[in-house]
Amino acid sequence: MAAPNLQLDIAHMLAGGLVLASFLLLYQNRIFALLKVFALHSLLLSVAVAWQADIQGAPHLYITAGIAVVLKVLIIPGALYQMVKRLGIHREVETVVGIGPTMLAGMGLVALSIVLMLRVTETADTLAREDLAFALAVILLGLLTMVTRRNAISQVIAFMSIENGLILAATGARGMPLVVEISVAFSVLVALIVIGIFLFRIRERFDTVDMQALDRFSGERT
Amino acid sequence: MIASLLDPIAPVLLIPLVAAGVLMLVPSYRLGARINIAASLLALLAALSLFATGPSTGQLLLVDELNIVFIALNNFIGFTTAVFSASYIAHEVETDRLTPRLLRFYHAMFQALLCTMNLALVANNIGLMWVAVELATLTTIMLVGIYATEQALEAAWKYFILGSVGIALALFGTILIYVAARPVIGEGLDAMAWTVLITRAQNFDPRLLNLAFVFLLLGYGTKAGLTPVHAWLPDAHAEGPTPISAVLSGLLLNVALYAILRFKMLVAANQNAWAPGTLMITMGLSSLVFAAFMLYRRRDIKRLFAYSSIEHMGIATFAFGLGGPLANFGGLLHMTMHSLTKSAIFFAVGHVAQAKGTQRIAEIRGLTVTHPVLGWGLVLGVVAIAGLPPLGLFMSEFLIISTTFAREPWLAVPLVGGLLIALGALILRLGEIAFGEPEGPSVPVHASYVPLFAHMALVLVAGIYLPRPMVAWFEHVAGLLG
Repeated sequence: MAAPNLQLDIAHMLAGGLVLASFLLLYQNRIFALLKVFALHSLLLSVAVAWQADIQGAPHLYITAGIAVVLKVLIIPGALYQMVKRLGIHREVETVVGIGPTMLAGMGLVALSIVLMLRVTETADTLAREDLAFALAVILLGLLTMVTRRNAISQVIAFMSIENGLILAATGARGMPLVVEISVAFSVLVALIVIGIFLFRIRERFDTVDMQALDRFSGERT
Repeated sequence: MIASLLDPIAPVLLIPLVAAGVLMLVPSYRLGARINIAASLLALLAALSLFATGPSTGQLLLVDELNIVFIALNNFIGFTTAVFSASYIAHEVETDRLTPRLLRFYHAMFQALLCTMNLALVANNIGLMWVAVELATLTTIMLVGIYATEQALEAAWKYFILGSVGIALALFGTILIYVAARPVIGEGLDAMAWTVLITRAQNFDPRLLNLAFVFLLLGYGTKAGLTPVHAWLPDAHAEGPTPISAVLSGLLLNVALYAILRFKMLVAANQNAWAPGTLMITMGLSSLVFAAFMLYRRRDIKRLFAYSSIEHMGIATFAFGLGGPLANFGGLLHMTMHSLTKSAIFFAVGHVAQAKGTQRIAEIRGLTVTHPVLGWGLVLGVVAIAGLPPLGLFMSEFLIISTTFAREPWLAVPLVGGLLIALGALILRLGEIAFGEPEGPSVPVHASYVPLFAHMALVLVAGIYLPRPMVAWFEHVAGLLG
């Protein structure tokens, strides 16, 4: 068992790593790279959750970490990878705003969440405090990623990064009940949506990416 | 486990859950529709039996004065919508818009939706409530997209994106409430239970509560269709099957507003926190005024009434934001009346769209000539929703306006202005739809008028005379809301 300070430092490092991975998602404009960064994002989350499970002595959090690894590091990115390859939309993903302004906005959001959360949570314990600040940063960055994308797959990835931020927040709040249930409910939501994309292939969302692929694809459908 | 099964609350959850499972396996859609009606009726009876057993508090489930009427309303409209749905889907099958296989899924999801909404209402735990609202969102997303046309998928997608951002914000708010409660109550389920939170809220950190409420209002406000996070609502109403529009407007918006109310009570119980009312007043009024103007530009009949739902949710949110016994009374009455009226309107609109083969307002003319019963039913519904006397919504709006004049006269200006603008738009559209020369093709429909007129009769009776026990109940709960 490590010293308490070291425990907190590692927890914060992992949470901070998640914020960095969110920045990577924010400016990634190639869809395969986006998928890989998302897998990294989820991997960091599951390590962070497992670490929390260890230092809080809360074994049920290992389940949450396990779900994250299986579903969000392996299955969902893998499935989306296959789909992107089949649809042939692996070229550049258009973004609504340029990378520069997006990154600046992202930094603003991180600053905002840290100032806001640290000021508001003075009474909460240190672990929850900084975890919540990082988690809010991940959530806001995820929202920013979502609004700067037009493509269905990028939007789903942005949503899942928001979800990762929420799970980080929930595990940081020591002893919070129902975390496992909440993460399961989220996973069901995401999994069904991904299946939905598979089944219906929300077409008009792809048209801005590659019109030719869309035309070929709609030819197949009929 | 056995004890929790014997819990008087359990049937309202178990009946729809079991029904959903059974309906997944029933191949015939006619039988499915009947099972759907029977299960909804049983759930309604179970909900009504809660009045007899009275309030009860468990670790996870709770029935108290506030939620009991929402549970009854939820299951009542669930039942009437199931009756309407049976005649609606028969027509959809005849016209090949839905296949029996999809209907199996549709019926199962309908019951699952009722189950999750009941769970959200009876949850005595903010986390469980969040899970229930999330699952309700999920089932409605799938129901909205069931026609699988391009527009329906687009609507479902928009709903998924905005709805999930909403529930994400609500979850963050929920976590913040737990973080605020933990130092006072300690770890574990108690720190998330309504009954415990509300008694200890005065000791929570007020700044955390403020921040949590902002997230919760934006999050659950998305589900309640409040401006500026309403964008999913009109599309979801317009592109999904009409019974689902009725349930969305009549029930799901209420469930979301109920969640906001609970959190408002929590924040109001802490003297050092901000008054939560100001935010609710702002969001409520902006929803009302925005939706009132948007009503003029609608070309799709279901979108028209979807915007009207945004307007009415705005009015109710405004009333609860204003607070005080009279405004709360008005708000609760308004929610109830709006649910009944708006679902009745969608019952009518569903058959209208089937009779005319279109949802475009421009192509629907002279309904009272071609389909007198349906046409006049719709007229009655629109008169009610516009807030004209002597129907129930007139009474609730009158209460809200008069208390606003008495307390905050300046706020009455946008309130009354918004209501009048909306009234104008609705009367204008009603004139086009219901009267004048009939136009275009029209086929007879086998409509079930019972749900439509049952709702309208209740709204009419409530507008003329509210029974004493109901008034006493509303007054009591209005007092609790603070």
